[in-house]
Amino acid sequence: MALLEIKNVSRRFGDFTAVDDVSFTVESGEFFTLLGPSGCGKTTLLRMIAGFDLPDSGAIVLDGVDLRDTPAEQRPIHTVFQSYALFPHMTVAQNIAFPLRMAGKADDEVRTRVREAVAQVKLDKLEQRYPHELSGGQKQRVALARGLVNRPRLLLLDEPLGALDAKLREQMQIELIRLQRGVGVTFVFVTHSQAEALALSHRIAVMNHGVIEQMDEPDKLYGFPKNRFVADFIGNVNMHEATVAATGGTLTLELGTLGRIAAPSREGVKAGTGGVFVIRPEQVSIRAAAEASPDPNQFEGVVNDFLYIGDVTTYIVDLPDGKRFEALLPNSAPGRAKFFEVGDHVRLSWKAEAGAFLDA
Amino acid sequence: MHADTSTRTRSGRLTQWLVSGPPFVFLCIFFLVPAAIMVVASVRYPGEFGALAPLFGGRPGEDSGITFENYGVFFGDWIYAQIFAKSFGVALATTLICLVMAYPVALLIARSPRKYRDLMVLLCVLPFASNFLVRVYAWMIILGPFDLLFSRFAVIVGMVYVHLPFMILPLYTNLEKHDPALLDAAQDLGANAWNRFWRVTFPLSLPGIFSGSALVFIPVLGMFAIPEILGGKDDWLVGNLIKESFLGTRDWPFGSMLSLMLTAAVLAIAAGAAWLAKRGVARA
Ligand SMILES: Nc1ncnc2c1ncn2[C@@H]1O[C@H](COP(=O)(O)OP(=O)(O)OP(=O)(O)O)[C@@H](O)[C@H]1O
Ligand SMILES: [Mg+2]
Repeated sequence: MALLEIKNVSRRFGDFTAVDDVSFTVESGEFFTLLGPSGCGKTTLLRMIAGFDLPDSGAIVLDGVDLRDTPAEQRPIHTVFQSYALFPHMTVAQNIAFPLRMAGKADDEVRTRVREAVAQVKLDKLEQRYPHELSGGQKQRVALARGLVNRPRLLLLDEPLGALDAKLREQMQIELIRLQRGVGVTFVFVTHSQAEALALSHRIAVMNHGVIEQMDEPDKLYGFPKNRFVADFIGNVNMHEATVAATGGTLTLELGTLGRIAAPSREGVKAGTGGVFVIRPEQVSIRAAAEASPDPNQFEGVVNDFLYIGDVTTYIVDLPDGKRFEALLPNSAPGRAKFFEVGDHVRLSWKAEAGAFLDA
Repeated sequence: MHADTSTRTRSGRLTQWLVSGPPFVFLCIFFLVPAAIMVVASVRYPGEFGALAPLFGGRPGEDSGITFENYGVFFGDWIYAQIFAKSFGVALATTLICLVMAYPVALLIARSPRKYRDLMVLLCVLPFASNFLVRVYAWMIILGPFDLLFSRFAVIVGMVYVHLPFMILPLYTNLEKHDPALLDAAQDLGANAWNRFWRVTFPLSLPGIFSGSALVFIPVLGMFAIPEILGGKDDWLVGNLIKESFLGTRDWPFGSMLSLMLTAAVLAIAAGAAWLAKRGVARA
């Protein structure tokens, strides 16, 4: 049985629907992420799971029990808030002890559990500090320890890394994974950063305008996006209007005046269907126009610009029909940071198995 | 280099004087000088028709010079200690009752939608728009029919009524600043309504409680109008004694001495409260 079941949950504010008929399940021990742009309803959904808000329709079920009549303080669900919400009048140790005290644990147990939790998030020696004496990363750890110390069935994290700088963020991501594997608590994590979602999660639900667009494992989500929104939101993607010219072992697509390409076939697609062809920049090979490519799909173009990022260079290439495609070239050889200059004639090519046709 | 630092310190010192100078002058004029005048007055003899007898060269048969007689009287008779104790008792009772009554009101305002808060605060201070004595006399009309007038009870009712806004305002100012996310966090971590109040809201409001208490306690100590109007002869407080010394028996030195003793007692209590508040703030 799934640990958490969200069944057809909707929440409306006036005539605005913030969460629209959302359903999903979270398994025990899973690191589940809700990913979506600002305002798509992530926090609203999380508040309903925590018990601060009730769905207008639908049910939230934990361990087979409908939570509708369980107030927030009685749900075995704890939250790590984006603002941390540490109690300013309590020390680190008192903050972490709070859920244990509320659960009526004996002093002895409180002491040992707090000590364990403090060690787990590497806050030794800071137990007697007050929150205003801590750095952002340290506050983050206290909030995590406080959320985990009473071993909730479910830990909700609402953009917990949002306030940290890039370096610390990366470090905390690694610690978060380690912590989650270590304690075995189920995480429901909210973020609007696709990179963070891909790096951390077992499964990701991509939300937009209150609905779930796609729910999958990170590699499936990145490799096989179901629609334009997901393809565009997760990672970078080249898009081109396309019409299906022929079906069969591979799809034949008509890319406007550019000509025909071969693309992976998809079930239920008929000739004449309109949509878009999407392909990731790293799947597009780039070479000098004079060089031949073995790939079935190839177009000549002119380098419009390039972005030297360090590990890779992204080339922005103008195609003959005026559309722009991006292609990635890894900078694996030292001293060969860039191959092409602006204005160079290049050949873009990709395999028949690369990319996808999307009609949604 | 050396000259540079010395000018910087000199100009720094000048800035410091400009900043702390005016408050210092203010304190001198409005606190230290009057206090000094009172100290001197309390060790002089009363004049024949009020005011003070001359320090030097009084006429024969008239007292002049310096005397500590007033302090002797004060410490020589239990009645003064009793009246002081009674006054502090009334002030303490008033403060506690105000606290208990003001807390829910302040909490209600602080948790109301922002657009209503100013209106509610305005309603709390609206009674100030009418004359203080009129409002106290109104209580005579209210309490009269119940045969409750001229009693300690009536005095405390009047005191609480007049001073309640002074407790509500600092409490509200404090409570309004609390981060609502803290209550969500407490509830999320298993705290019921009582624990959310007792473990989060209350400790964070201690500074507000201390300043509100000071704003009620200290004025109540010196209040003479309310005991005079609503209290019986038995309910005279220090304020009444002082007023009577100046306006009734016209013994200015004795009144000055009483005022000084009251100031000393209030300062002692304020110092204690400040110390407690500082500990509260340090924890908050
Ligand atoms: N109490 C409320 N009353 C009215 N509208 C609300 C309320 N709470 C949320 N909304 C609206 O619902 C939508 C979803 O809000 P929500 O906070 O869930 O977004 P989010 O996905 O968490 O965004 P972010 O990434 O910016 O935190 C927003 O358009 C917001 O304005
Ligand atoms: Mg949010």
